[in-house]
Amino acid sequence: MTTRLFGEPVPRREDPRLLTGNGRYLDDLGRDALAAAFVRSPHAHARIRDIDVGPALDVEGLVAIYTFEDLPERVGRPLPLLIPHPALTHGRTAYPLAKDVVRHVGEPVAMVVATDRYAAEDACALIEVDYEPLKPVVGLEEAVQGAQLVHEDVPGNVGAHLVQEVAGADGRGAREAIEASPHTLAFRLDIERSASMPLEGRGVYARWDGRDLRVYSSTQTSTSVRMAVAAALGLPLPQVEVIAPDVGGGFGVKIVHPWPEEILLPWAAMTLGREIKWTEDRREHFISSAHERGQVQYVRVGFDDDGRVLGLDVTILHDHGAYTPYGIIVPIVTSTQLLGPYKIGSYRVEFSAVYTNTVQVTPYRGAGRPQGVFCMERTMDKIAWHLGKDRTEVRAANFIQPGEFPYDQGMTFQDGRPLIYDSGDYPEMLRMIKELIGWDDFERAPGRGIGIGCYVEGTGVGPYEGGHVQVTSDGRVHVSTGLTSQGQGHETVFAQIAAAELGVPIERVSVVTGDTRRFGYAVGTFASRAAVVSGNAIALACRKVREKALRIAADALEADPSDLQITDGLVHVAGAPGASIPLSTVAVLSNPLRYAFDEEAAKATQFSGTASPDRPPVAEEEEPGLEGRDYYSPIRSTFAAGMHAAVVETDPDTAEIKVVRYAVVHDCGRLINPMIVEGQIHGGVAQGIGGALYERMAYDSHGQLVNASFMDFLMPYATEIPHIETDHLETPSPLNPLGIKGAGEAGVIPVSAVIASAIEDAEGIEIDRMPISPSDLFALRSTHHP
Amino acid sequence: MKPPPFEYHAPRDLGAALQTLAEVRGKVLAGGQSLIPMLNMRLAAPEHLVDINRVAGLGGVERTEAGVRVGALTRHSELERAGVHPLLTKALKLVAHPVIRNRGTVVGSLVHADPAAELPAVLAVLDGSVRIARWEGSSPVERDVPAREFFVGPMESAVQPGELAVSAYFPSLGPRTGAAFEEVTRRHGDYALAGVCAVVTVNEDAHVTAARVACIGVGPVPVVVDVTDAGGQSAAHELDGDVAQLVQDRIEPEDDIHASASYRRHLVGVLTKRALRNAAREAETGGA
Repeated sequence: MTTRLFGEPVPRREDPRLLTGNGRYLDDLGRDALAAAFVRSPHAHARIRDIDVGPALDVEGLVAIYTFEDLPERVGRPLPLLIPHPALTHGRTAYPLAKDVVRHVGEPVAMVVATDRYAAEDACALIEVDYEPLKPVVGLEEAVQGAQLVHEDVPGNVGAHLVQEVAGADGRGAREAIEASPHTLAFRLDIERSASMPLEGRGVYARWDGRDLRVYSSTQTSTSVRMAVAAALGLPLPQVEVIAPDVGGGFGVKIVHPWPEEILLPWAAMTLGREIKWTEDRREHFISSAHERGQVQYVRVGFDDDGRVLGLDVTILHDHGAYTPYGIIVPIVTSTQLLGPYKIGSYRVEFSAVYTNTVQVTPYRGAGRPQGVFCMERTMDKIAWHLGKDRTEVRAANFIQPGEFPYDQGMTFQDGRPLIYDSGDYPEMLRMIKELIGWDDFERAPGRGIGIGCYVEGTGVGPYEGGHVQVTSDGRVHVSTGLTSQGQGHETVFAQIAAAELGVPIERVSVVTGDTRRFGYAVGTFASRAAVVSGNAIALACRKVREKALRIAADALEADPSDLQITDGLVHVAGAPGASIPLSTVAVLSNPLRYAFDEEAAKATQFSGTASPDRPPVAEEEEPGLEGRDYYSPIRSTFAAGMHAAVVETDPDTAEIKVVRYAVVHDCGRLINPMIVEGQIHGGVAQGIGGALYERMAYDSHGQLVNASFMDFLMPYATEIPHIETDHLETPSPLNPLGIKGAGEAGVIPVSAVIASAIEDAEGIEIDRMPISPSDLFALRSTHHP
Repeated sequence: MKPPPFEYHAPRDLGAALQTLAEVRGKVLAGGQSLIPMLNMRLAAPEHLVDINRVAGLGGVERTEAGVRVGALTRHSELERAGVHPLLTKALKLVAHPVIRNRGTVVGSLVHADPAAELPAVLAVLDGSVRIARWEGSSPVERDVPAREFFVGPMESAVQPGELAVSAYFPSLGPRTGAAFEEVTRRHGDYALAGVCAVVTVNEDAHVTAARVACIGVGPVPVVVDVTDAGGQSAAHELDGDVAQLVQDRIEPEDDIHASASYRRHLVGVLTKRALRNAAREAETGGA
C-alpha cells in the first residue's frame, strides 16, 4: 500500500462543515413543518383522573391534540423492550403517551400539534390534567424496601436480579475464599446519576406523501428506528425511510428507540397528512430522555499479603428509573467489566435492577463501566492502604500477563458471548503511565495527591455492520455504512480506510452514514463499535472492489492481476509505470453500456471495441459496476484498555479541588487516526471530570429534578479541564482484519476512580462516593478532623 | 422553551419609556440575560415587555472625583473596559463569562437583585445608590434609593411596577483605601457559593480607620458588616480571626444542592480574612 493514510493524523474532514455553521441538524430541516410539543407530567407518581383539553382549543394555530385515548391500538402499545434477558423477569416500558399512571416527572401525557412551537406550547399550558398524586419512590436503598411500588405488579421494585459467580482454580466460591483470606475488607460505594447531555437534544421530523413515510431523527440508529416505526404503524418496510442528519452528539441516549416521539410524529404526520417536527428542548432532555450511572455497591474482598485478590463479592443496587426499555445492559456491563485487567481469584457479583420514580436509565458513554471500574479501583487502593503498599504494586500483583491471552474471565458479556480478552499488555501500560505522570518521583504534600485507575473495555460488539463501496466513472469513491455518526469523525476514518485499501487519494472518497436509503442493514453506533465493526466491513467491501478492479484492469492491460497495484487512483503494473489505467476507466469498463452520456461512458458502449465479442458483456458470476458490499460480524468483542493518572490539589481552607495534571495511556489496537483517538479521549476525560466533580441529578424526596437546567446541572467548562497528556500503546486485536479496537468511550471510564484515588491521597480520607464537591470534602474533613 | 405571548414595546426616549411603563406596568428588557431564560422557561409571563435598548440617553459611564454614575444601558463589559473604579473592575471580572458581560447590564443586575450576584455587594459595601424614575401626571419624577434600602429580598429590589432604574451611582474608594473581592464558585464564572467584598481604609501609620465587608450568597440580600471597630485600630495586616467570626455571626446561609449552609459559613470566614487582607494590602500601598 503506497498511499499511507491508515494511522495518520488526517484532519477531520467534517470539521469545516460543522464548525462554520454548515451542518444540517434536525432542527435545520422542515422549516414549513407543523410543530409538536408535549404536556409532560409535573408529578413523579400520579394517577391521571381526567384530561381536559377544552381550554386549549381556542389557541390560534392549534391543529390537533392527542392523548393516549386517541391512539390506535397498534400505536398505543407499550414501547418495545429492546433487549430482553432471562433475568429481567419484570421488564416494564412506557406507553408513547401515559395511560392511567405517570411514573416520573416529564413523562409525556399529551401531544399538541400547531402551526409553530410557540402556539403548541401555549396550548400545552392550557390543557388541564387532573392528577391524583401517589407516593413517589426515590432513592435506591428506599426503593428496595418495597414500601411503595413504582409498578403495582413489581414487588420490591426489583425488575431484574442476576447472580454471576466464577470459582477460583481451587473450586472455591468467592465467599468461601474471602473467609479463608488472610485479610478482608468490606465497604459501601455510591455513584450518582448523570446523563449523556449531547449539545443537540433529540428530535424527529416526519413527512408522509400519501404512500411513503420519511422520518428524520437525531438518532444513533436509523435502521432500527425504521423497523420500529414500520412495525408500530403497520407499514411495509420499503415504504419507510429513516435518515439521521448531522447529529450533535449522542453519548448513548440516542441509541434508545423508538422514543415516543419517533412513533407519535410519523403517526400524526400520516393522520394529518402534514409534515410535523419536534425538537427537544433542554428541560425536556433533562426530564424525559434518559440518565445513567446511579448505583450503590456493597463490596467484600479477601486478599493475601502481596495484595493479590483471593475473593471478591460485590452486590449492586442499580437505579433503573421508571422503565427498562434497553434491558439490563448497564448493570451487566458493570458487573462483568468490573474485573478490569485483573485475575481475580474468585468472583461473585449480584445485582438488582431497581425501579424508582425517576427518568429511565439507559447507557451513557461508558455504559456501566465507570461504576465497575470505580468499584474495582477503590478496592485496589483500599488493599494498598490496608497493607501499606504502593497502589501500583498491588495492581501489578493482580494483572493478567501478556502471555496469558486470550484470557477467559469465565463470565458472559453484554453481547451474550464469553468474556474473553483478545489481547493486551497491562504491565507495559502501567510502566508507561507511571513514567508519563512521574509516579515514582511524585512529591507528596498535604493537599496534593496522585491517583491512578485502570480499566479494560469490551468494544466493537456485534452482531454485525456492513459497508458498501462504489467507484463511479468519474473516479470518485462512495462509501456508505448503515450506522450513524454523531460527530465522532467517521467521515474521516472510514475515508482513510477506503483510501488506503483502494489506493486512491482521500479527497476522492466520500462517506455516508445513517441513511437507510443508502444502506439498510445495520445495528447502530454505541459500545465503541463503529470503527471496529463498520471500519472492518468497509475494508472488506473495499477489498472486493479492489479485486474486481484488478481483474478488469488485468484484462485491459493484458497483465496478471497479481502483478497490479493501485496508486493514486491509477492501476498499474508493478515496476512498469507506463502500463496503467485509471480507476475511473476501470469503473467505466465494469459497466457495459448501450447508451453513452459522456466521452468516458462511450468507452463502455457496444461499438467501442473494448469488450471481447466471445463473452457475454456481463460475464457469469459478475455484476455490472465497480462496487462491493461486505459485512463484518465479530465472533465476540475486542478488549481495549487504558490507565489514567492524575495529580490533584485541594485547598486547605476552601476545600476546592483542582485537577493539576491528567495523564492517559490508551490501547485501542492499531490506530486509524491518532488525532481522532486523542480527541475522543479528551472529550471522554472531560465528561469523566464532570462525573467526578460536578454532575449529579438532584432529585428531591418528591421526585422532582431540582437542577433540570444548565444553571444548576454543572457540566465542566474548558476552564475546569486540565491539559490532558496522552500516550498510546498498540496491541493489535487478533479478531478483526484491521487489528483495531474501539476508542469512543475510553476517556470517561476510569476518571471518577482516578480522581477519588488522588483526593484520597491528598487528604488521607477514604473517598467512597462520587461526585465530590468542595462542600462534600469540607463535610468529610469535618467528620475526620472535628 | 418558548415564551408565552406578550406585547412588545420599544420606546425611543425616556419619556415614552416611562409613560409606557406607567400605562402597562410591563417587565423591562435591557440585557435580557436573566429575563429571557425566565420567559423561555415560562417562569415569568409578563403581558408587556418594555425594551429600553433604543432609549436615548440611558447609556454611558460618568466619572467624577466623588464617584461613578452608570447608565441603565451600560453593559458589564463596557464598564469593565472603562476601568473607572478599581472595585467595580475587580467585581465585573467575576460576573459570568465574557459573552454574558457583553450583553448584560450593570443596572439590570442590580435590579435583578440575585443575592449571589457580585454587583449588588459592590453597591452595598460602597453605600451607593440607584436612581429610579417613573411617570407622574405629565412629567418624569426621579428618586435616589440608597443601597441599604434598594435590596429588599432575594430577587426583589425597591423598583416598583411602572418604574425604571435609570442609573446607579458607585462612590469612589477615597484616599488610602483598598478593596478586594473574593469568592468561591463551582465553575469558572458561576454564581458564587459565597463571596466577600471588602473595603479598607488605613491612616498614615498603616492602622485601619475604616473596614467594611459585603457578603454574597449567604443571605436574602448582600450582608454588609462594618468591621472597623472589631479591627480595633489594628495594623492592617492584623485584621483576622475575630473579624471573621463577627461577619459569620451576621450571615444567614442556607443549604442548597451545591453547598451546605455550614460550608458557606466556613467559606465566609475564610473569604473575609482573604478579602480584608488583600484590601488592606492595597490600601497600605497607596490605595487603589
